[in-house]
Amino acid sequence: MCLSIPSKVVKIDSESNIAIVDTMGVTRKAGLELVEKEDIKVGDYVLIHIGFVMNKIDDEDALESLKVYKEILEIMDEDERQKLVLEDDNCENRGA
Amino acid sequence: MSELQLKDLYDGFRNPDTIRSLAKQIADEAKNLKMPLRIMEVCGGHTHTIMKYGLPQLLPDTISFIHGPGCPVCIMPKERIDHAIALAKMENTILLTLGDMIRVPGSKTSLAQERAAGYDIRPLYTPMDALKIAKENPDKRVVFFAIGFETTTPMTAAVIKATIEQNITNLFFHINHVLVPPAVDAIMADGKAQINAFIGPSHVSVISGAKIYQPLPDKYKTPVVVSGFEPVDVLQGILMIVRQQVQERADLEIEYTRSVTMEGNTIAQKLIDTYLQPRSHFRWRGIGDIPDSALEIRPEFAYLDAEKIFGDILPNEPIDDHKLCICGTILKGLAKPMECKVFGTACTPNTPLGSCMVSSEGACNAYYRYAGVLA
Ligand code: SF4
Repeated sequence: MCLSIPSKVVKIDSESNIAIVDTMGVTRKAGLELVEKEDIKVGDYVLIHIGFVMNKIDDEDALESLKVYKEILEIMDEDERQKLVLEDDNCENRGA
Repeated sequence: MSELQLKDLYDGFRNPDTIRSLAKQIADEAKNLKMPLRIMEVCGGHTHTIMKYGLPQLLPDTISFIHGPGCPVCIMPKERIDHAIALAKMENTILLTLGDMIRVPGSKTSLAQERAAGYDIRPLYTPMDALKIAKENPDKRVVFFAIGFETTTPMTAAVIKATIEQNITNLFFHINHVLVPPAVDAIMADGKAQINAFIGPSHVSVISGAKIYQPLPDKYKTPVVVSGFEPVDVLQGILMIVRQQVQERADLEIEYTRSVTMEGNTIAQKLIDTYLQPRSHFRWRGIGDIPDSALEIRPEFAYLDAEKIFGDILPNEPIDDHKLCICGTILKGLAKPMECKVFGTACTPNTPLGSCMVSSEGACNAYYRYAGVLA
């Protein structure tokens, strides 16, 4: 029931209190009853659950986490490369 | 213009290299653990991610997952499903519910079987459609069988609000909204599952705020990390748990900061509070009665409450699960799906004997679908 795929707001219909969102290329409608109207703008990323906008995704936060993961990845790669070399050094079967 | 692209959000938190490097970091830091970690992921959405991405295989043996009761379909006792069926069989009635609920077996049949037998039972994409269906069928009674945890509760409240504001008189609500904290507390108070850390639900927390889990570290000295549903989120949450354990801390932390705050969605919380109140008792499938663990319509709005209005036709006897089904034991964190004698044989997603096999959030269903990853 819970999908966490983010959607992007493409249009807001304030009369019917509905946002038109794009979820992985699929256009859907979502009710704005659970959010402060002024909070949601076209271009925002939101989570939709059973036809309602639940919240806005904090862009900066998402970007920050993605950046941290990239850094972990880069460091780990180097680390892992080193480990491989070391392990290779210790390999008992060398030359066998 | 935001620098964030939709693609980053889709792919970034599922990147296989990131998954691997995080798993390695967890393995490194887990070497300092003084005792094995038994992590309960409360929410069925997390169970699904953990199984789909084969996370147990990526982690050291000292870390194991205990699958929790957070699948709204799995915890629905048979007698409540029988309520839905009884309501659907009333004359001139349309019964509405969400998603997988219609496939869950009650004492004799499921809503899906009754629908096939000719009753007007409709699964909804969104509860808002209940308003439309009620308006289009003024000469019929429309009953919305509302299910779900804190996540789906405000949507039901929004529909109740609209029903009142738009003077719709033929729409009624059978409320089965349940609450995470009392269920988790019941499992901890029982103690048998020996859980020493929690991954907190994602979407429940978007609505209720992470603050609802504070009693776990306070009362049971158990770390809680609220994580997102993506595999990278879950791993990051586990890393945070490992660090807490190594540093001998028991704190409430949020990994899923892009969507969850301590306070949660206060508009949604107010909406719930206006129309619903705690119910003194609710019997969870397999777990049993937990006081104050569910909601009901406030007495002021009793004229919308299907349980009150049609009370005389609703069966009240508690009905236990199929005797071979161990869903209850699984939901309490005391067994794994493979320990069930009929798992994958008599019980499959197409022929579910128990509720845990029905929903994609159910532990048995997740094990069945992703068993290949386990092998
Ligand atoms: S496999 Fe089926 S019968 Fe066995 S515990 Fe799971 S849902 Fe119940």
